[in-house]
Amino acid sequence: MNPIVPMIASTVVAATPLIYAALGETIVEKAGVLNLGIEGMMLIGAVAGFAATLATGSDTVGFMAAAGAGVALSLAFGFLTLNLQTNQVATGLALTLFGIGLSAFVGHNLAGTPLPPLPPIFIPGLSSIPIVGDLLFRYDIMVYLSLVLFAAVEWFLIKSHAGLTLRAIGESPSVAHAIGKSVLTTRYLAVMFGGACAGIAGAYLSLVQTPMWVEGMSAGKGWIALALVVFGTWKPARVVLGAYLFGGVTQFQLFAQGFGLPIPTEFLSMLPYAATVVVLVIICRDPKTILLNQPASLGISFHAAA
Amino acid sequence: MMFVLERRANPSFRMAIASPILAALGMMVTGFFLFSALGKDPVEVFYLFFVKPLSSTYDIGELLLKTTPLLLCGLGLAMGFRANIWNIGAEGQLTMGAIAGGGVALWFGDSDSMWAMPLMLLAGVLGGMIWAAIPAYLRTRFNTNEILVTLMLVYIAQLALSWLVHGPWRDPEGQNYPQSRGFGDAETMSVLIDGTRVTWGIVYALGLALVAWVVSQKTIAGFRMQVAGMAPAAAAYAGFSEKRNIWIALLVCGATAGLAGICEVAGPIGRLQQQISPGYGFAAIIVAWIGRLHPIGVIFGALLMSLLYLGGEAAQMGMSLPSAITGLFQGLLLFYLLAADLFITFRLKRVRPAERIDPKPVVTLKSAA
Repeated sequence: MNPIVPMIASTVVAATPLIYAALGETIVEKAGVLNLGIEGMMLIGAVAGFAATLATGSDTVGFMAAAGAGVALSLAFGFLTLNLQTNQVATGLALTLFGIGLSAFVGHNLAGTPLPPLPPIFIPGLSSIPIVGDLLFRYDIMVYLSLVLFAAVEWFLIKSHAGLTLRAIGESPSVAHAIGKSVLTTRYLAVMFGGACAGIAGAYLSLVQTPMWVEGMSAGKGWIALALVVFGTWKPARVVLGAYLFGGVTQFQLFAQGFGLPIPTEFLSMLPYAATVVVLVIICRDPKTILLNQPASLGISFHAAA
Repeated sequence: MMFVLERRANPSFRMAIASPILAALGMMVTGFFLFSALGKDPVEVFYLFFVKPLSSTYDIGELLLKTTPLLLCGLGLAMGFRANIWNIGAEGQLTMGAIAGGGVALWFGDSDSMWAMPLMLLAGVLGGMIWAAIPAYLRTRFNTNEILVTLMLVYIAQLALSWLVHGPWRDPEGQNYPQSRGFGDAETMSVLIDGTRVTWGIVYALGLALVAWVVSQKTIAGFRMQVAGMAPAAAAYAGFSEKRNIWIALLVCGATAGLAGICEVAGPIGRLQQQISPGYGFAAIIVAWIGRLHPIGVIFGALLMSLLYLGGEAAQMGMSLPSAITGLFQGLLLFYLLAADLFITFRLKRVRPAERIDPKPVVTLKSAA
């Protein structure tokens, strides 16, 4: 078989959790909240999804449990930053540290148990087209749903009234508040959405990619998702494009093996992290790019003065 | 009856001290319920966490041994956090310090040279500084967010260490274990107290805490960073260079974290291996916060965090609880601390329904709950 096809297919699978996590964070940041806890929420989602699927045998239940766990953790973040107005950077870090600890604690007895992976969807006719069928119509359902999510997020932000409100709150919460929009409610909903997406992203790792639970299995993907939001200049389409590029970088190991390049695996594993740094430099080099695109009130607490 | 939060005229100093104590109590109460729910005797767990680590000379030595890297990293991080510079990659700087210093140790081999140890320490410090210089350069030159860069460099440093101990620096007689040769006697730090494992590292760390205190309170550099953190606009107006602050904060933290790294591998570990730190660099973020970003406070923060590490190990061995309990408590502690810190700038005021609410209620707990 053509070696390019499995490479592209594995790139798509590698990119999918990044898409979920980064699209979720895009909405959160568009509302003016910086949640650095994605990594923690992903791990909690991974362990919750894995445990739920192991117990019930249903992947659907697994993904729902993962989303629920992500939301639960994001509510803790929301309460601290939105109600108690704690520092968002510090609280996000706390969320990540807590998520790493809690997931390792909860998943202590689950480590090493394998699960059958999510089967690909087989569409009669389409999936059997040579090459095209393998490239486009042989993924698991979550890959297709990630594209649905992209379309929904894009529509929400650009076309919907609620999306306009959310963006306004991210730019200038005091103005939005003055015209009667509830900053607190909108931001809570955005943070919860981000939590659900991060949870699903985590469950994708433990239910589809690996599929098993390994302590700390997200290995920085939550942080890469944060970088992707900056890379995508807070625009969903670019965020998704970035996720596929990064998916390709993480699969470079396959490319290298395919072409017989004698590079130690450690160096290949460094690539996504190094690429993140390079990409951030390219995007941030021109201060105008950030200034024009970053939500103006990102990371700043808001309290309605009477 | 209802409570409103009212902004204090001045931040409460007493509350700033009380807040970490409240957070620790909150953590213990949560722990009590958690252990009860797991069917473990909470009293026994508390004994393992808070009494046993203080019950013998050896145990106190272990406490100080783990305090060393936490204190060193915490000091460096606190300095940056005070100036709003978010270096969260102390773990990577620690790893690079260990690689650089450990490399020097391996180069010396078994030699008895009196230069070995000073050069190792120097290399460790420089290794950490070089690793921290990357985010400093990228932030000052390209405006690149230091949070993400420092974190990415943690993974890169750990992979570099993994490559070295699997490849070029692997002990040829080590039965394929991913570890280097053991360091010679002259390349190992001497023990401070007989009958324990604690090394001179803790003395360096405590000395540096004093130095950091003097620098932050008595020098213009410390003052500039404090102003930059508390009132960025005032700092800019006064002409304090933000770039200089970034460089100082990152290089200092790189140096202390690098020192922590070499103290670990030249101390209790005695060689380079794949795993050299159970997340000391990340735990040090909490240490800095618990210590109120103050050098003397950081000492107490590091001692508390060290207790958590020892307690986690003891609970794993004695009660077959997962050692991940340490990470869980670390996260909880920081959550509670951030919440308790609210009361540094706000106070709770009770109002009767009939009474007019103060003109500026910022958060009503009714709506919060």
